[in-house]
Amino acid sequence: MASVVQLTDIQKIYDSGEVKVHAVRGVSLEIHRGEFIAIMGSSGSGKSTLMNTLGCLDRPTSGTYLLDGIDVSKLDRNALADLRNEKLGFVFQGFNLLARTTALENVELPMLYGRRRVSHREMRDRAMHALEIVGLGKRADHFPSQLSGGQQQRVAIARALVNQPQVLLADEPTGNLDSKTSVEVMGVFQKLNDSGITIVMVTHELDIAQFCKRNLIMRDGRIVSDVQVANRSRAEVEMQKILAAESQAKLIDHA
Amino acid sequence: MQLRWSTILLPACAGVFLLLLWQGIHLALSEDYRFLLPTPGAVVSALFEHAGPLGRAALNTTYGALLGFGLAIAVSIACAVLLSLSPLIRASLYPFLMILQMTPVIVVAPILVLWVGAGLKSVIVITFLICFFPLVVNTTQGLISTDRNLVELFQMWRASKLQQLVLLRAPSALPYFFTGLRIAATLAPIGALVGDYTAGSSAGDGGGLGFQAIIYSSQAKYPALFATAAITCVLGFLFVAVVIFLSWLTLRRWHDSIERTDV
Repeated sequence: MASVVQLTDIQKIYDSGEVKVHAVRGVSLEIHRGEFIAIMGSSGSGKSTLMNTLGCLDRPTSGTYLLDGIDVSKLDRNALADLRNEKLGFVFQGFNLLARTTALENVELPMLYGRRRVSHREMRDRAMHALEIVGLGKRADHFPSQLSGGQQQRVAIARALVNQPQVLLADEPTGNLDSKTSVEVMGVFQKLNDSGITIVMVTHELDIAQFCKRNLIMRDGRIVSDVQVANRSRAEVEMQKILAAESQAKLIDHA
Repeated sequence: MQLRWSTILLPACAGVFLLLLWQGIHLALSEDYRFLLPTPGAVVSALFEHAGPLGRAALNTTYGALLGFGLAIAVSIACAVLLSLSPLIRASLYPFLMILQMTPVIVVAPILVLWVGAGLKSVIVITFLICFFPLVVNTTQGLISTDRNLVELFQMWRASKLQQLVLLRAPSALPYFFTGLRIAATLAPIGALVGDYTAGSSAGDGGGLGFQAIIYSSQAKYPALFATAAITCVLGFLFVAVVIFLSWLTLRRWHDSIERTDV
């Protein structure tokens, strides 16, 4: 399998004058196409720094990062932004959708910048297609305020997909969602991964990580555990359980 | 925008009560002093009696108010965009905006008469001066209060400054802009009136309500003076109503804001 991400001995030191913070201390990591990885760790473990490095938002102090075969450390800011727009899709904890803008227009946003110019017609078609992938084709003209939290995150996922990225990076994508909605969103991720999209997400919830294929645990700037998930949760199955438990609770309520 | 029966009926009842109170106070005054408070009926009949000059004056004032208000909107948006560009620009220019706001119109008026002459031009400039400050301050605040996360997202995409302004900052500044617009709308007719009072000219039937107020008070036509005040009041209401309607049209699709706006 071809590797889409190749990190070799990545170090990141934040130097704020007096104090030096060694956030990442020598991380090597290979991510293959079609993987679905959860990075876990307590705050300060270096998982966010690693995620920022993967997202080309932050340069490592030393070490090499090959993204889809391209050496990221040799690029200037603009080339880096273009590479980011082309190869990576981002999903955030707080959705980050524009309020006064429909779902469809929100999904179109990432296509407006950088070197690739896309016609208006093509933008519309691609945004619509991305919304259909996350199951929101019928909600294209809704505003974020008219959508539930899970639906808003699905719009954000569609937005991350619209430039057909090599890797989808999600930073605590279920952090703001209740457990049922989290399962709904993880179902979308699993469906995308089944269709071949590589996903890396940060989470601190163990049960959410169980939906992924591979779990990394970071501590003190190092990867201390790297395992394939044995008993993977499937979103459909978990959703059935939740629904069953809900109807059970309703029966008890009525009794 | 929900109109409940209470939002119409309650003010109407209060209005009737106030009119009765007004009439009562008039009757309670001794005959020598009744001129101080003409009855509502006398005011209405003065309104009809002086309909010609008052109508013409109202139109002139509306015209001056609209032009000054429009000019203030256009210039304030341009200034707000400039001010939103950097904290340094804001720090350098804010004191001068304050100075502009602090200088009393009474002092500015004679200077304006000197520069552009008495009449419509002065009225427009004075209206502009009065409306400008709340507009520019609110719009600037709106432009710089954009959600930090969204700004970072746009920077991550490498959106240009212009794209950031048009797609992100301007839409999120709209509620602030309309707040400023509403304040300015109440000030515009007052500004035009004060402008007319201090720097107006009746040459060529160009006088406005401010000028009419001077005439009626000097001629001791007090019911007509009250009628002038009433027209000014209605004019102010019209301005604000139009702005509220525009703000509703623009913001209604954005539920949060409309529900939080106490129209």
